[in-house]
Order: sequence, then structure tokens, then C-alpha cells
Amino acid sequence: MAQHTIFCRPESMTDATTHYCPGCTHGIIHRMVAESLDELGLREKACGVAPVGCSVLAYNYFNCDFLEAAHGRAPAFAVGLKRVSPEMTVFTYQGDGDLASIGTNEILHAANRGEKITVIFVNNAIYGMTGGQMAPTTLPGQITTTSPTGRDVNTAGWPIRMRELLSTLRTPAYIARGSSHSPQWVIRTKQYIKKAFEYQEANRCFSLIEVLSTCPTNWGMTPTESTKWLADNMIPYYPLGELKTPDEDDALVGKMLG
Amino acid sequence: MAKKLMKGNEAIGEAAIRAGSKYYFAYPITPQTEVAEYLARRLPEVDGVFLQAESELGASNMIFGAASSGKRVFTSSSSPGISLMSEALSYITCAELPCVFINVCRAGPGLGGILPSQGDYMQATHASGHGDFHLLVLAPSTVQEAVEHMMQAFDLADKYRNPVMIFADGLIGQMMEPVDFDAVKVGKPADHSDWATTGAKGRAPHIVKTLYLNPLDNEKHNHHLAEKYARMDKAEQRSEMYGGLGKPELLITAFGTSARVCKTAVDMLNAEGIDVALFRPISLYPFPKVALAKEAGKAHVKQLLSVEMSSGQMIEDVRLYTKDAKPVHFFGRHGGIVPSPEEVVDAIRKILPKKKAAAKK
Repeated sequence: MAQHTIFCRPESMTDATTHYCPGCTHGIIHRMVAESLDELGLREKACGVAPVGCSVLAYNYFNCDFLEAAHGRAPAFAVGLKRVSPEMTVFTYQGDGDLASIGTNEILHAANRGEKITVIFVNNAIYGMTGGQMAPTTLPGQITTTSPTGRDVNTAGWPIRMRELLSTLRTPAYIARGSSHSPQWVIRTKQYIKKAFEYQEANRCFSLIEVLSTCPTNWGMTPTESTKWLADNMIPYYPLGELKTPDEDDALVGKMLG
Repeated sequence: MAKKLMKGNEAIGEAAIRAGSKYYFAYPITPQTEVAEYLARRLPEVDGVFLQAESELGASNMIFGAASSGKRVFTSSSSPGISLMSEALSYITCAELPCVFINVCRAGPGLGGILPSQGDYMQATHASGHGDFHLLVLAPSTVQEAVEHMMQAFDLADKYRNPVMIFADGLIGQMMEPVDFDAVKVGKPADHSDWATTGAKGRAPHIVKTLYLNPLDNEKHNHHLAEKYARMDKAEQRSEMYGGLGKPELLITAFGTSARVCKTAVDMLNAEGIDVALFRPISLYPFPKVALAKEAGKAHVKQLLSVEMSSGQMIEDVRLYTKDAKPVHFFGRHGGIVPSPEEVVDAIRKILPKKKAAAKK
């Protein structure tokens, strides 16, 4: 009887065992990116950029060229490479401490210049690699090692919503928020990511896909509790869906120009 | 080709294009902004990339990404901006990416001032960022030499897979002098296909990284870098001797703009029959220690004088490489002030034995 492969490792991933903690959703998000690269035939001209954070070793797991970036600077690295090699597909893979704290300047201006890069922004509301400190995305009242009594919004401010913040920019872009907590949202988020790469291939716009993810280790929960916590606590504050698309932006420009 | 009268900053920008670089990322800062203004006009003419970054932090990290392609890329800034670039310099050097940085040095510390200084000597040669690393640093003292250094810098960066810094100052950047671009030979860009991130087509992925979590791996990489600096030290020391009447009793050490001034001072004193000469380091890293030791070691040289536009930074290298065998004096102006030849002459008169100076009166 003939056997057919119906599910396998994407060519854009290596067969290395990841260092991620049990229940962490980085692996799922890596796969969304790798499947997108495979399906669009981009692997052989792709270069990823992963900065400091839990995903700093992402180059071990992606089967394409890779740069390891300084903390927060992945967009600058990606811009440099993309500008001198516009034929390449360049993406960054950044965490929330990286992108929404130390790297806000780089991401804001890359987005505002409309750089033709794809940004995967993984938001788990905490610093994972350094062991569970408060991030700019940590929820009000959330306990971390540097907010031991819970995030106090009077002194730490409210969590930054990067999707919403970047969507205020006038420059056309594709900006959406997905999640890794349920099969339904994994499928939809993968579609966002694939669409983001398609926009880059069309030389159309900057794109950022924020992906809500879990950190069972530093949240102090089981993986199952973590996905529930994400759904119950993160999604109300970080609503899911596309917020900015280049089509709407182009329509707006048409109106403004009469 | 006829010489062209150009401002230093513009000549540096043009030199980079003549050396085959079309990619420039930078942020405005006085006194080097004309590099960016010139390239904003000029690079589109050669299908190049001019990008005004959000900050020097952004620009220098763009250089990392751009240099990973293996193409010739460069940036320029001035002192406070170079401080912001120190992060990227450390990463770029660790990752062994060829590229060129220009520091049109101004007076510090802090915001300091916008006038010429050499106060970043230590930063350029000894501590350009965190960790054990060195840039290859060239210090021009004329606009023509700035052009030559800029055009050679890309070849040197290729040769060592290391960033090269052109250490100019506000005077070199701002003044106009005749330049000849054809006088400089430029090599072909090196083949970087064995490491550059150009897409993993028909080959294993290329990874450009600086993380070595295993201390043994990290030590090995540091040894590899140290071996490279040792090779640079052997092959790239550059300096020149100027003036003197055959047996100088005092040797001035000065680089860049202060060396220019010292040449006039040497001429003035030599005309009076006072035998002093100038030793000018052209490469600041590697420091031209072999030539300095040879010149300073001559029996007729009784003492040295380091003339700098700082509180005295290169003097530490001068003392180190002459092993403090002879007195090393210091004369400096800073805060953005360029010393005058007369001030240097006065400083030398104070140092030289009284009878000799008196005999000439």
C-alpha cells in the first residue's frame, strides 16, 4: 500500500531539539514562520534576525541564513541587510522586552519608514531569558521578580500595546495580532504571518505580526493553565486581529488626495 | 586628473564611492554632517543607498546588517555619536564584519563643543566598546590623506574582516584642500561568499553571530581575534618622520591636525638652527611602535614632546613604547582649540636646555 506524507517538518526548520521550556509556544511560532517560508518558496533567499531574548538561538532551528542581533536592534540589522540586498526576504523574530522596551526606537522608525521587512513580535508579557522580570507588556497587577507585589500602573505605567501604537503611523503597513493559545488562533496567526511575507515579496509595506504566547516557567503555571491565563487575561487587554492593512492605507491616501 | 578643491567631509564621502562603496547609513551631527549631505545627493546617482537613521545607535546597527551581505558599507559620525555606536562596534568586530567608520572628532566630554579635538584617541584605540577588541585606526592630517585613507580602508577591512576607523577631526572635516582621487589605488572587493548572508541557496545556512555561551568557545574566539590584531600589528604600522637637521635632540610626537601644526613649528625651529623633528603616527591602531622606538632610541634624541588636542592621551602610548627611557613632555590644547605653531615653539623652548636656546638669541 502506498504511503503518503501528510505532515512533516518544514524544510525551513532544522531537526535540532529546541532549548525552549516545556509548554513554551516559541516552537509553534517558529513553525508558523517556517511553513510560510516553505509555502512561498522563500527559504533560499531568506535571512532571519533574532536578537537577545529566549529566541536568541533561533538560528539553530531555522534552516536559512541568520543574524544574531544586539538587544532591541533587530529591526536596524534587518533594515541594513534589506536595503543593500533588496532581493532577499528579511524577517526579525523579537520578544516583548526586546521590541517594546530596549528596541522601541528601532521598531518605530523601521515601521515609519515603511521598511520592507517582516517582524514577528512574540509577546508573553514577561522577560523570559533573564528569569521573569517585568516587561513593558506585563499586565496590571501581574507578579514578576521585579514587580513582586504586582505591576503598579502608577509607577510602571500601563502595558504597551505595540500593535495599536504602530498602527497610528500614517505610513502604510500590515499590522496584526494573533495568538498561539488555541488551534484556531494558531491557524489564523499563521495566515497573518504568511500574508506579511507576501507583502514583503510584493515590495508593498512593512509588516508586524504580534503573537501572544505563554511562559509557563516564569508565570509559574502548567502549560494548560498558561494557555487559559493567556485567553482570560491577555486577550482582553491585547485584542486579536488585523488592525492596519496597506489596502486601507492606500484607500485613505486616495481620499486625502481627492 | 586635475586636483579638485573639496571640503574634507565631502571628499571623504566621494572617496568612499570611488572605493566601491555605495551604502551609507548615518545620523546628522556637527562637525561631520556634510558627509551625509554630500552622500544624500551623490549616492542616488550611483544607485546606492543613503539612509538617514533614527539615531547613531540605529545607523551603526544597520551597518552590522548591511555588512553581513559582504558589500562595502560605511558610516560617519562625531564623538557623541561614536559613543552611541560603541555597542555596534563591539558586535561588528566580534562578528568580523568588514566596514568603515569615520569619526570627525569634536571636543568632549559630554556635549563638549563642535570644534576640532583629539579627545577620542583612547576610545578609538583602546576602548571602542565592551570586550576585547580593536579597530584598525588611521589618522589623516590633510584632506588628501583623508581621501587616501578612506579609499584604502575598505581593502584593509576586507583583508582583516575588521572594521576600520578613519580618525579625523573637525578641522580635517571642515577645511577645503585640493584632492586627487586618481592618485589612490583601490583593490577589488574580497570574495565573502563563504560567510555572507546572501540566502542559503545550494549551501548550508550562514550565521553571523557573537554569542559564545561556552567559555571555552568564547576564549577560542578571543584568541582568534587577538591573533588577528597581532597580524595587524606586524603589517599595518604606519608613520612618517618630518624635519630635523640630522641629529634632532627633541622628537615631537603628534598625529592628525596637531601634527600639521607641529610641522610648521618644526620648520620654524629648524630655520633657527634648532634641531627638532616630528614623528607622526599615521596608524593609531596598530600604534607605530617599531618606528617610534627606533627614532626615539637614537642617542642624539634626549627627550620627547607629545603634542595633542586633548589632556594627553597618546602620550601614554609614547611612554609605553619608548619604555620611559627618556623624558616625555606634554603640550596640549583642548576644548576645541587648535594649538598654534608659536605655542608649540614656545613649549619646545621651555623644554630645551637653556644655554642652547640662549645661544640662538
